[in-house]
Amino acid sequence: MRNRIVLALGAGLCLAAVPGIFAYARQKNAAPSRQFQKSLSADQRVLQALNRLTFGPRPGDVQEVKSIGLKKWIDRQLHPDDIPENPTLARKLTTLDTLTMSGAELVRNYPTPRMVRQMVDGQLPFPTDPDRKLMLTKLMERFEQRQAKGGDAAAAPAVANAKAMSGLPGPGQLRSLRQGTAQQRLAAFLSLPREKQDDAIAAMPQGLRQGLFVLAPPELRRRIELANGPQQVVARDLTEGKLLRAVYSNRQLDEVLTDFWFNHFNVYLDKGADRYLVTAYERDVIRPHVLGKFKDLLEATAKSPAMLFYLDNWQSVGPDTPRARGRKGGLGGHPGLNENYGRELLELHTLGVDGGYTQADVTAAARCFTGWTILQPERGGEFAFNQRMHDSGEKIFLGVKIPQDGGIADGEKVLDMVARHPATAHFISLKLAMRFVADDPPASLVDRMAETFRKTDGDLRAVTKTMLESREFFSQGAYRAKLKSPLEVVASAVRAVNGEVDYAFPLANQVARLGQPLYRKQEPTGYSNSSREWLNSGGLLARMNFALQLADNKIPGVKVDSSVATIALGSPEFQKR
Amino acid sequence: MPTRRFFLRNSALAMAGAGASPLWLERALCATDGAAAGKKILVAIFQRGAADGLNVVVPHGEKAYYDLRPTIAIPRPTSDPGRKDDAAIDLDGFFGLHPALAPLKPLFDQRHLAIVDAVGSPDPTRSHFDAQDYMESGTPGRKATGDGWMNRALPRAAGKPSPLRAVSLGPVLARSLRGNAPAVAMQTIEDFQVRDRAAAKQFERMYTASTDPLLQAAGRETFEAVAMLQAIQRRPYTPAAGAGYPRGRFGQSLQQIAQLIKSDVGMEMAFADIGGWDHHVNELGARPGEGLLANLLREYGQALSAFWKDMGDRMNDVVVVTMSEFGRTARENGNRGTDHGHANNMFVMGGAVQGGKVYGKWPGLEKEQLWEGRDLALTTDFRDVLGELVSRHLGNAPLGTVFPGYDPKPLGLV
Repeated sequence: MRNRIVLALGAGLCLAAVPGIFAYARQKNAAPSRQFQKSLSADQRVLQALNRLTFGPRPGDVQEVKSIGLKKWIDRQLHPDDIPENPTLARKLTTLDTLTMSGAELVRNYPTPRMVRQMVDGQLPFPTDPDRKLMLTKLMERFEQRQAKGGDAAAAPAVANAKAMSGLPGPGQLRSLRQGTAQQRLAAFLSLPREKQDDAIAAMPQGLRQGLFVLAPPELRRRIELANGPQQVVARDLTEGKLLRAVYSNRQLDEVLTDFWFNHFNVYLDKGADRYLVTAYERDVIRPHVLGKFKDLLEATAKSPAMLFYLDNWQSVGPDTPRARGRKGGLGGHPGLNENYGRELLELHTLGVDGGYTQADVTAAARCFTGWTILQPERGGEFAFNQRMHDSGEKIFLGVKIPQDGGIADGEKVLDMVARHPATAHFISLKLAMRFVADDPPASLVDRMAETFRKTDGDLRAVTKTMLESREFFSQGAYRAKLKSPLEVVASAVRAVNGEVDYAFPLANQVARLGQPLYRKQEPTGYSNSSREWLNSGGLLARMNFALQLADNKIPGVKVDSSVATIALGSPEFQKR
Repeated sequence: MPTRRFFLRNSALAMAGAGASPLWLERALCATDGAAAGKKILVAIFQRGAADGLNVVVPHGEKAYYDLRPTIAIPRPTSDPGRKDDAAIDLDGFFGLHPALAPLKPLFDQRHLAIVDAVGSPDPTRSHFDAQDYMESGTPGRKATGDGWMNRALPRAAGKPSPLRAVSLGPVLARSLRGNAPAVAMQTIEDFQVRDRAAAKQFERMYTASTDPLLQAAGRETFEAVAMLQAIQRRPYTPAAGAGYPRGRFGQSLQQIAQLIKSDVGMEMAFADIGGWDHHVNELGARPGEGLLANLLREYGQALSAFWKDMGDRMNDVVVVTMSEFGRTARENGNRGTDHGHANNMFVMGGAVQGGKVYGKWPGLEKEQLWEGRDLALTTDFRDVLGELVSRHLGNAPLGTVFPGYDPKPLGLV
């Protein structure tokens, strides 16, 4: 059954072998730059655009681009608000209710056990939905039962089991739930009265719960996820939302750019309060600005609770401020300066490590941002400027005097200076070109992009457009010259075979297994934009195994038509874009 | 030339990979690479995020240390059993280990663990990314270096080299191991296979026929290594001497390395890393023996100690060396943490290591002794440590290509 290397993966895939040899070469010899002057055929141009502006072509996409006209299609992608969104995507996203919530709402509806305890004790408000309130209260009871049993998680279900199962209507149904086929289990479960269903979920052993999950309609799935641990739902929705958008969105360039800019301004989901802050960060801070002004994007990140928490700035306190003098920090120390954000702002977000700043500039920037903090970070958080934490003294940043008593304007001045710095124009252009054009993009292109950046005051739509309309973008040097990242592999494979995604976190788990856990890059650098990062033996094997699993419909939540499914998805050609 | 990373090696191994290869064949193939036992092996460990060296190897004899860190210093060694778990473990009257590193103390006492202090990269960068890159390329200050020091340090192979002579544990190939000589990355031995035998053959054909030279060579290299690992994957692995690796990726990585060494697959170099050392905030918990740093050090120390136990006599052929991109500020910051600094320490562990000693010249922590007025100064270049291990332990004498433009000065570690 493996003998189905069907090459008819749809015209969109185009497995034609084209020499991408020189594109991989890192050496600065003459050949690559000549390759960036060689033009592509009309068909190659369409494929190049589809491979770079989208998460991979679907069957029929080539025809669509041709009928619209390549130039016009690119222009549409540059104006995503004018593209009607795919109704299928909208429908699938509605079940992921955390994606539209504020941080405070997330904390309230998807709390950690500790937070539920605080709700029960009246220190935190319960969610307004009475069903949700009842469910959380019950979760708490079970959690505390387990705690009382000395944390023996295995023992707890047995107790709860007997209790909950005793409320079931009849022995026949009990048998169906325990031993029936999957469909019988679901039917037996759904025949229970609603109030018994949640008890039954809680009483089920993990295996049974998982068996029910794969068949359950979205609303029931959500209740099962809640029983598994409410706080995990937030992370799950984020990764699912990302995969669903990558696979289904009509605004593909917008999705690729959101991925790029989130990674540029990387934050780490598993760092404390960031668990509840990243949802709004991607939605309200990154996404609205990816084709806007760089300055606005930068300032939005600088004032976002997610970034302030991730790079510790919310706790940074000027020496000799009322806060430093008046209150002891954490466990006995006096709070003071933290230069983590100040450094990464210059090195990773704007100027680049060779952008010509010194340690003194890092310290000066950190002093300017003292007082940029978060109100109640553990409860969803909001940006605030706290004068009592702010270092009011004079600072010299990049040779410019920032006078004393500037307050919040100090940090804003720093953002303004670095957003308009020529080093930033170059650094941002280079990074974009590495993602969209080639690992070593030609300097001529990067220079032109940087020039657009400077002339337009950092208009990212204009910079992106300069790149996507360039000769170098449509050149032999760039064509199929990039190795796909794990996210690109997974999303493009599902798209290539028109996979139907019911729920997407198993796909997100695949992305993690290939080496790119989403929202979980711990370092502020984000994932590398360079192909070579992803080329290694273990990674190749994982890609082959993923292709086999997908083609065999062994990845839960996603269905592919096995008559077109093929191990070509694990082929060398498919690893490139 | 584009194929520089992956050499095409026409070998019997590739044929063996096509079917089930009997164990004797794999052994025989390894044997062409020289006798497995007795071959020297270097294991490098990277602590990513810049470990706070001053709280790992504590200069408890230095008063300034306690002045600079009023809330996050590790207290002086004590014999009081009630406070022992929160105090440094004395090594030599001046330095002490963080209490969470207690499992390593016996190794120091048995002289199998050496520590080099005030060591690191001379480059002044305080960027994690650049500093890691420089340390892994082995060329501080030079960004154009494409390959890593470990790859360059592989001795020229006499005969056919094993496809597993250099192994990087983790989802990506470590920078240290990139380069001309073949090196594989794996998360676990178990995962390193195609789950369907018929499909594996098809993939192998596809990759070896690929017109993309890098993917073609990478595929070939991959399937050679897969063939070699098949026999190991069939045998369950139990660590020797009751060694208990801690849960988590780092413990798992070291266990895989031990398994590979003991399986005699011809491995000469291995790389593993452990992240999470960037402690800008609340480095210590309510007590010095608790908190972020303590938890990480516990995992770290237990893993190294388990590796030692598991390996037994084989440690005579193995040296483990640890590094981190830079140290942290001598003075604590405003949030009971530390910011990016300069010099750090390195651990060197092995049967043949001249251990039980803290090497390196201590520069002191008084204001005028600190580098740029804030960090532990550097008195030993990390290439001195690595260079000695490459030349004396691995026996790869010409260091000019491993650390170009630098002449490592041996410390007498091995």
